[in-house]
Amino acid sequence: MGALGKPIILMVGMYLFLKFVLPNIPGSAPLPSSLIFLYLLLTASGIVIYETLSGESKDAFWGPMQRFLTGENVGGLQALRYGVLILFPLLVGWQTYGSTAVSDLPPTESRTVHPAPPGEYTGLSNPVPKTPDNIMQGKGFYAAFCSPCHGGNFDGKGPAARGFIPAPANFADPTTIAMLQESYLFWRIKKGGVGLPIEGTPWKSAMPRWEVELPDEWIWKIIMGEYDGAHQSPRTWE
Amino acid sequence: MSAIQQGVGTIQRAFLAVRGRGGWLVGLLLAVGWVMLPSMGLAAEGSTSGPTEYRDIPYIGSRNLVWIVAQLHLLLAGFVLGVPIFAWLCEVIAWRGGEQRYDKLAKEFTKLLTSAYATTALFGGILLFLLVAFYPKLMNYLTDVFFPSFLLYCLLFLLETATLYLYWYGWDAMQHGRKKSLHVFLGFLLNFFALFIMIVPNAWATFQSSPVVIAEGSALERAWAATWNPTWWPINIHRLIANVVLGGYICGAYAGVRYLSVKSPEDREHYDWMGYVGNFIGVFGLLALPFAGYWLMREIYQYNQQMGITLMGGFLSWLFIIQAMLIGVLFLGSNYYFWLGITYRIPGSEAKYRRAMLMMLVSLLLCLAVWMTPHSLVASIEEAQKMGGAHHPLLGVLGVMSAKMTVSNLMILITFMSFVMYWRAGKQDTAGWAKLGKAVMGAVLVLASIAVIVLGIWGYFVPAIVRINYFSTSQVAIVGFVILTITPLTALLLKSSKTTTEMVWGSMPPRAGYALVLNAVMVILLMTLMGYARSSSRVHWHVYGVMRDTSPYAYSPALGSASLIMAFCTFFFCILVAFIFWVATMGDKYKTASGAGKGELPHGIPAMAGGAPEERH
Repeated sequence: MGALGKPIILMVGMYLFLKFVLPNIPGSAPLPSSLIFLYLLLTASGIVIYETLSGESKDAFWGPMQRFLTGENVGGLQALRYGVLILFPLLVGWQTYGSTAVSDLPPTESRTVHPAPPGEYTGLSNPVPKTPDNIMQGKGFYAAFCSPCHGGNFDGKGPAARGFIPAPANFADPTTIAMLQESYLFWRIKKGGVGLPIEGTPWKSAMPRWEVELPDEWIWKIIMGEYDGAHQSPRTWE
Repeated sequence: MSAIQQGVGTIQRAFLAVRGRGGWLVGLLLAVGWVMLPSMGLAAEGSTSGPTEYRDIPYIGSRNLVWIVAQLHLLLAGFVLGVPIFAWLCEVIAWRGGEQRYDKLAKEFTKLLTSAYATTALFGGILLFLLVAFYPKLMNYLTDVFFPSFLLYCLLFLLETATLYLYWYGWDAMQHGRKKSLHVFLGFLLNFFALFIMIVPNAWATFQSSPVVIAEGSALERAWAATWNPTWWPINIHRLIANVVLGGYICGAYAGVRYLSVKSPEDREHYDWMGYVGNFIGVFGLLALPFAGYWLMREIYQYNQQMGITLMGGFLSWLFIIQAMLIGVLFLGSNYYFWLGITYRIPGSEAKYRRAMLMMLVSLLLCLAVWMTPHSLVASIEEAQKMGGAHHPLLGVLGVMSAKMTVSNLMILITFMSFVMYWRAGKQDTAGWAKLGKAVMGAVLVLASIAVIVLGIWGYFVPAIVRINYFSTSQVAIVGFVILTITPLTALLLKSSKTTTEMVWGSMPPRAGYALVLNAVMVILLMTLMGYARSSSRVHWHVYGVMRDTSPYAYSPALGSASLIMAFCTFFFCILVAFIFWVATMGDKYKTASGAGKGELPHGIPAMAGGAPEERH
C-alpha cells in the first residue's frame, strides 16, 4: 500500500467520525448523507492536492494505482485487477440507476426556510412603543398562544412541539429570529403556514393563521415579548 | 393557435416532405426557418390591438435567448475591461522597472483585446436588437428614463475605440522616450474610458433592481436620480474587481494552454512566467472580491428586505452554496498553483515548506467546509426526522453569515500567506532586524487570525446591525491591516536578502497548466451563477416595484434549468475566448512557420482587428 495507506485510513476515519462520532456529541444529530458526501469530497480533494504537490509524492501516490491497473507481472493481483475493472463500472451503473430510477420514497427535502415576505410587509415597523409594560403584555400573550409549541423558554420545546416535523422554531438560537426584521415575524405570525408564498410550497408549517384570532397590536406585542424573552434583537438598519 | 405555432407547424410539415431527398435541402430549409422565426413572432403580436409589449421566439424562448446573449456580452465585457487594467499595469512595471518581458506581456494581451473588443461590441449590438425586439415596452420605459446616458454611452464608446486603436497600433511607434510616456498615458485613458463604459450601463441594470424614480425634473435630472440608485456603486466596485479577476485568470489560462503545447525551453519559460503573473493578478483581485460582494448584498438587503431574503434566505439561497463551492475551488486552485511553484520552480524548497503547505491546506479545507455547510440541509424525510427538521442542531450554526464571513476572511489570509511564502522561498535573510521583523509578522498574523475568529463567534451574540456594520467591517479591516503590514515588511526584508536558489521558469508540471485553466473556468461559472442570482432577485418585475413582468416568462426558472443555461454560457464563452486567442495568434504562428523576416510586414495583418503589428525590437 505504501503512500496509499494513509489516505485510505484518513478517508475511512473521516467517514466513521461523521457517521458515528459527530452524531453522538451531546446536542447533535445524525448528519444527512448529502453533508457526509460533501465533507468526504473535501477530504478527498485535500488528499489529491497534497499528494501531488511534488513529483515524488505524486509518484508514490499514483504509482501503486497505475501499476495495479496497467503494470505487467503483477502476479496474483491480476485477478483483482479484472475484478476491479468489472465491478467498478457496475458500481457506477448501479449508483446512476439508483439515483435516477423512479422510487416510492418521498423526495429529498430542499425546503426554503425563509421565503421572502410579500412586498406589503417589508416596510413595516413595530407601531407599539417598546415599554416594559408592552413587553410584559407581549410575553403574556406569548405564554397563552405561542408557548405550547415554541416553549416557555422560547427554545422551541413546548409540550406540543414533539408532534411537529419540522420542529417549531427555537427563538433562542441566534440563527433564527435574530436574523430577521420584526416585519418578517409579523407576516409569519399573521398569515401562518397557509400564507407562505408559492416558493415556500409544499409548505411545511403548522403555524396557525393568527390574524383570525388576534388583533395586529397583540401580534406586535408578542414579537416584542419573543425577542426580549429569547434575549435576541431584531435585524435593523439603524 | 398563434402565428408562431402555425409557422413552426409549416416548417415541420416542410421538413417531413423533404425527408430523404438530401440533407442539404433539409439544412437549407431549417436555416431559412430559423431566420424567419423572429419575424413570425413579430407578426403574431402585431395582429393584436394596442402597442406591442412582448415578442417571443419559438423553442428557445425570448427570455432564454436574451439571458444567454446578455451573459455572453457581460463576460466578454468583463474580459475587455479587465485585460486593459492588467496590460496597463504590466506596461507601467516595464516602463518604470525596465523589465521588457512585462512590456511584451502587455502587448501580447493588448493584441487579444482588439479582436475581443469587436466581439464584445457585436454581442452588445445583438443584445440591444433582441431587447428592442422582445421587450419593447420595457425598452421604451428605460429609454425614457435614461435617454441622456444613452448619448453619453455612445460618446464614451467612440472615445474608447479611438484610444484603443491608438494604444495598440501605436505600441511599437511609441516605445521610447517621451513617446513611451504618451503611450502609457493612452493606456491610462483607455482604462479611464473603460471604467465609465462599465458604470454607465451598470446604472441601467441596477436601476431595474433598485429603482429611484422621480416624476418631476428635466430628462437629465431624472436620469441622474435613476443612475444614482442604492446598488449602483456596490455593483460598480464589485464588477471592477471581478473584471480584474476574470482578466487575470483568463490570461493565466491562456498561458496554461500555451505552456502545455509549446516545445522550446524559451517558450516554456515565457508561458510559465505568464501563468504566474495571470494567477497573481487573479488572486489579488480575488482577495478583495468577497468584501465587495458583502457590501453589495448588504445594500440589497437594506434596500428591500424581500429582495434580500429571496437572495440569501429564500429560493436563491442555494446558489450561494454553489458559489461557496466554486470560490472554494478557486482558492484551492490558486494556492495549489503557488505551492507547485514553490516545489518546482525553487528546487529544494519542498522539504522546507511541505509542512506549512499541509497546515495551510487543512486550514483552507476546514474553512471551506464551514462555508459550504448550508443552514438548511438537503435531507431525505427519514434524515430530516432524525435531525428534527432540515436544520442540523449542531452544524446548522455554521450556516449563517457570521460563520461565512469569518472563514472567507481566514481563507484570504491563508492565500495571502501562501503568496508570501512563495515570495520568500529560495532567499535567505541578511538584515540585522530580520529576526525581529519575522517575529512581528508572525505575531500580526496570529493575532489577526484570533481576532477574526473571536469577532466571528461574538457575532452570534450581538444584534444583526452590530455584526453587519461593525464586526464584519472590523474583520475586513484586520485582514487589510495584515496585508498592508506584512507586504512592505517582507519587501524590505527581501531587499537585503541573499538568493540561495534561483527561480527556474519552465519547470512546472502539466497539472499546473490544468490548474490555471480550472481557475478560469471557475471564475466564468461564478460570474454566470451570480449574474443569474442578481437578475432573478427581481423575481416577476422588470423594474422592481415599478414595472411588472407580464410576459409568459414572469417566473423564476428552477435552479436545475438555470444551471443548464449557466453551463452553456460558460462553455460557449470559453469557445469564444479560444477562438479570439486563435485568431489573434494566427499571424504569429504563420510567421514562425514560414520564417518570414521581421521587418518585411511593417504593419502586421491589416484585415483583422487584432492582427499583430510587427515587433521591431
